[in-house]
Amino acid sequence: MKAQAVKFGEKLVPTKEFLAEGHSFCIGCGEALALRLACKALGKDVIIANATGCIEICTSPLPFTSWRVPWIHTLFENTAAVISGVEAGLKTLTKKNKRPVRDIKCVAIAGDGGTSDIGIQALSGAFERNHEFLYICFDNEAYMNTGVQRSSATPYGASTTTAPAGKFSIGQITRKKNMVAIAAAHDIPYVATACPSYRFDLMKKVRKGAEVKGPAYVHILSPCPTGWRYSTELTVKIGQLAVQTGIFPLYEIENGRYRLNADPPKLKPIEEYLKLQGRYRHLTGEQIERIQEMVNEDYAKLKKKVAASPM
Amino acid sequence: MADELTWKDLEVGNIIKEAGNASFRETGDWRTEKPILDKEKCVKCALCWIYCPDAAIKPSEEGYYESDLYYCKGCGICASICPERAITMIAEEEK
Ligand SMILES: Cc1ncc(C[n+]2csc(CCOP(=O)(O)OP(=O)(O)O)c2C)c(N)n1
Ligand code: SF4
Ligand SMILES: [Mg+2]
Repeated sequence: MKAQAVKFGEKLVPTKEFLAEGHSFCIGCGEALALRLACKALGKDVIIANATGCIEICTSPLPFTSWRVPWIHTLFENTAAVISGVEAGLKTLTKKNKRPVRDIKCVAIAGDGGTSDIGIQALSGAFERNHEFLYICFDNEAYMNTGVQRSSATPYGASTTTAPAGKFSIGQITRKKNMVAIAAAHDIPYVATACPSYRFDLMKKVRKGAEVKGPAYVHILSPCPTGWRYSTELTVKIGQLAVQTGIFPLYEIENGRYRLNADPPKLKPIEEYLKLQGRYRHLTGEQIERIQEMVNEDYAKLKKKVAASPM
Repeated sequence: MADELTWKDLEVGNIIKEAGNASFRETGDWRTEKPILDKEKCVKCALCWIYCPDAAIKPSEEGYYESDLYYCKGCGICASICPERAITMIAEEEK
């Protein structure tokens, strides 16, 4: 018999792939890795609504599908609305005793474009109506599936095809929209950030988000070798550096209480993260300095919130 | 493979009858480099298994984790994160 789980010390990770092999994500894709781990954390009793983007395109090349769990392809605009309907429908069926008494998780997934730009209105509405669902944003910091167009989640200084770096521009001239803070402003019970390089942390947060009563939001930084222009074997390392430099801190907000999940005594210089990626190759020393200041500022702000949270 | 199919092969309503049938798709032919595992060095920590975006590494009977070259796209993540440097990437032509 094949092993049902792989053991990592005390932790057991199921060998079952709810996302089948043979998908068409690019070589070394961090979004594919994050999704694979998230699916392992969610298990089989789940209904997924998925906005268009790399995940949808790469998992459903007709007549094939990678999905081994119920999955609905939605538009950009309505992913959270669709999962709201699924949740309300399940509730009604339960009331009428028309479905097996089993806990079925409602999960919406989308990219950063599908979340922080186009799907944000439906998402805010679903949070406010207090639906019991988990929303996962797979943030690769641009509209990758259509060829690396900038989104509001693209970081300052990154070059994209619609905001290219050149003589007159640094590339992205705006700061990354803080989608996590926007989710938290709805006072929902669970909000978290994650990154596939921190595999157990990611799976734990996805599970927590799916189990909590009420809406939950998990924002996953998903390194993209194609759009960030780095060598495919570096995906895990780049995710680690994002956390170690403090540009993407791992934290949770549980019932309004902030907690850092990784708080290195000293952050690595941001240059170590930037220099591996082609999208930042044009940056001058001065510009890197400016980005370092922004990271320090944001990190200090976050630490203040953590310090102000009751233990 | 997928590109030999025409619309006539689709089910009415474009339904797909088998969940996860993407596993019939061979993505190993994207590869330019392949991972070679040195079992002498491997400590069976399974890091390569958990970090494979393509779910192409499978636990074997003897407790190793081995790439299924039908799926492996050759990204090299496994080789780069292996703490024992037990995996090396070699160009496809080399034997
Ligand atoms: C309303 C609408 N506008 C544009 C498109 C084209 N489109 C498909 S995928 C995509 C990019 C999605 O970006 P994101 O949500 O960040 O996901 P990613 O592909 O980066 O994972 C775009 C613009 C579309 N499908 N629908
Ligand atoms: S473009 Fe980026 S996110 Fe999309 S499949 Fe390729 S590597 Fe993954
Ligand atoms: Mg994106």
